[in-house]
This record gives sequence, C-alpha cells and structure tokens, in this order.
Amino acid sequence: MTAPRRQRRHPAPQPPSPSAEEGDGKIPERLYVVAGPAGDRADLDLVTLIVANGRPSPSATPEQTTVMRLCAAPLSVAELSAYLSLPYSSVTVLLTELLVAELVQARAPIVRQALPDRNLLEAVMHGLQRL
Amino acid sequence: MDSNGSDTLHGPRTTDRLPQSAEAAAKIVIVGGFGVGKTTMVGAVSEIRPLTTEETMTQAGLGVDDDYGSETKTATTVAMDFGRISITEQLVLYLFGTPGQERFWFLWNGLFEGALGAVVLVDTRRLEVSFDVMGRLEERGVPFVVAVNSFPDAPRYPLEDLRVALDLADEIPIVECDARRRASSRDVLLTLTRFLHSLALTGALT
Ligand SMILES: Nc1nc2c(ncn2[C@@H]2O[C@H](COP(=O)(O)OP(=O)(O)OP(=O)(O)O)[C@@H](O)[C@H]2O)c(=O)[nH]1
Ligand SMILES: [Mg+2]
Repeated sequence: MTAPRRQRRHPAPQPPSPSAEEGDGKIPERLYVVAGPAGDRADLDLVTLIVANGRPSPSATPEQTTVMRLCAAPLSVAELSAYLSLPYSSVTVLLTELLVAELVQARAPIVRQALPDRNLLEAVMHGLQRL
Repeated sequence: MDSNGSDTLHGPRTTDRLPQSAEAAAKIVIVGGFGVGKTTMVGAVSEIRPLTTEETMTQAGLGVDDDYGSETKTATTVAMDFGRISITEQLVLYLFGTPGQERFWFLWNGLFEGALGAVVLVDTRRLEVSFDVMGRLEERGVPFVVAVNSFPDAPRYPLEDLRVALDLADEIPIVECDARRRASSRDVLLTLTRFLHSLALTGALT
C-alpha cells in the first residue's frame, strides 16, 4: 500500500510542557480558559456524579435551584454542562459554591490506574455484551 | 440559551435519569482526526441522545515580549460530544468524542489522564489525520485500540498492512468497524475493554 507511514512515539518522561511544543518558530500563542481563577475550584471531573441533598431552599439563587433540580438524580458534570448550555469551567464554579454550601454531593469518578482494575473491566465487558 | 425552540434541552428526560444507586462513572475517549466518525460512534452506542459540552478559550497572539498591551485575543469555542452507557445499577460509562487537536485537550481537566482507554478511529482515505493523536496517546501512556471506520468509497487494506503503516505494536488491537452501527461500535468498545483487561493480567501498563 502506498499510504503514508507513521512512526511510533514513546511515553514522555514528563508530560510535555506547552512551551516545549511551541518552540518551532511559530507565532507564540497562549491558550487559557475564560472563567475566573482556577485556584479555589473544587476538583471536579467531567464524569464526577453530582446529586442534590434534598430540594432547593427558597433562598437559593435561580442558578442553584436549576442545578439542584437537575441533580435530583445523579448527573455527571458533563451532562450538567450540556443541559445548562454552560462551559465546563463555569459549571465547576457553580458546583463549587453548591458543594461548599453542602447543597449537593459529588461522587468521585473512576480514573485509570497504573494497574487496571480487573473487576471493573469485567463488569464493563458484561455491560457492553448486553447492549 | 438555545434559540431553536423545540430542540432545546432543559434537562434529562425521565428515561435518561440515572438511578440513585449510581455510585461512580468511568470514561473512554474516542479520538481521531477531523471527520473520521467520532460523533457517529458516540451516537451509535449511547443510551441517551448524545449531548455536547463546550468550553471557550481565548487565544492571545503576542506581539513582542515587552508589549503585552498589544496582544490580540480571539475566543474559540471547542465542543465535545458525549454519550452514556449504564453498565450496572452502580456503574456508568461515558464516551467522549474528542477533538483531534491536542491543544484543546487540557480544557477538560483529566480527560485523558483519567480515561480508562481510547479508541482511535482512522479513515483509510486519510490515514495521516489520525497520526498525531496516536503519538500523543503514546506519549501520555493512554492505552488505545485502533478502529478502521469502513467508509464505502475508502480503499480496503489488509489489517496487517495498516498495522505496519500505523507502526502499531503487535499487542495493540486493530479492527474494522462501521461507526454507524451499534453492534459494530459496541464490538470496538469490547475490543478495547478486553485489551485493557489483558494489560491488567500482564501488568504491562505503567
Ligand atoms: N459510510 C459511512 N459513513 C460514516 C461512517 N461514520 C461516519 N460516517 C459519516 O461521515 C461523516 C463524518 O462523521 P462524524 O461522526 O461527524 O465525524 P467526526 O469525527 O465526529 O467529525 P468532526 O467532529 O467534525 O471531526 C458523517 O457524515 C457521517 O454520517 C461509517 O462508518 N460509514
Ligand atoms: Mg464530531
């Protein structure tokens, strides 16, 4: 076949830093998210599940009320972002407030481990086979 | 807010609600160059109508070092489609169809670091559009499988020839698929999950 050929790469000793990747003489570029400072935000993953602690109180803001209604059943941060039509970064700001006020709880995601969890993967296989 | 009235989503339909017992979620990413079928694959296997999460970033082109005041900023919105598969009453799997350009990936905290693994979609008419993303996954140590999306007018090559062209290690699965078909896309996800399981058995993942 005459298709172009790729050359395999290998794990970088450290995650490549943005500056190292831009050092090829192109116009320097800075990319950053438009929301406020990231420092004081809860550590939320796209698939952290959010669940409301009961019903919104009358003193809650309209935004908080909307989020709490949506999270009557567990809902991921990604789904909240989609239903609210808000960027992920803005949703994490909103959720940080709600978490601090203990109006919602967060169920931590399952993330990749150095050694994958076989029981988890077996459950996923069985789940997919039923699809 | 969305302007196209009837299409606006205000929240999950009753049938799209997860049970209270849903404890934790995991994610798999579907990556590949422009137009290889990422969104199609997410839609084919998702139990909910696929949704979109967006992020806005500004891009500042700088003048010279001592003249930050003159930078020009442009806002770019990057969208990512996703879908969902309930595995058990406790466990949920999310699939993200992720833009191929790696410079956008940092927008979603932990998207690749935390993903169980990745499916790289390739189109044999334009194999090279998925090269960069494969290299990025290798650099980051994200385990992946390759799915060759069979477009009707695309040339067919033996998978072993594609393995050579893609410089894939022997153990990395490569399969053909039709991203529009649920069973075919499901089989790709099964291939990935079995591969991850084999890595767990050999302890090969570092
Ligand atoms: N024949 C055929 N067409 C497909 C297949 N998968 C996707 N398509 C079509 O190819 C086009 C691109 O598919 P998308 O799923 O939008 O691709 P994508 O990777 O999400 O594209 P971008 O998000 O724009 O990068 C669409 O018109 C699909 O209908 C396939 O397996 N077979
Ligand atoms: Mg797409």
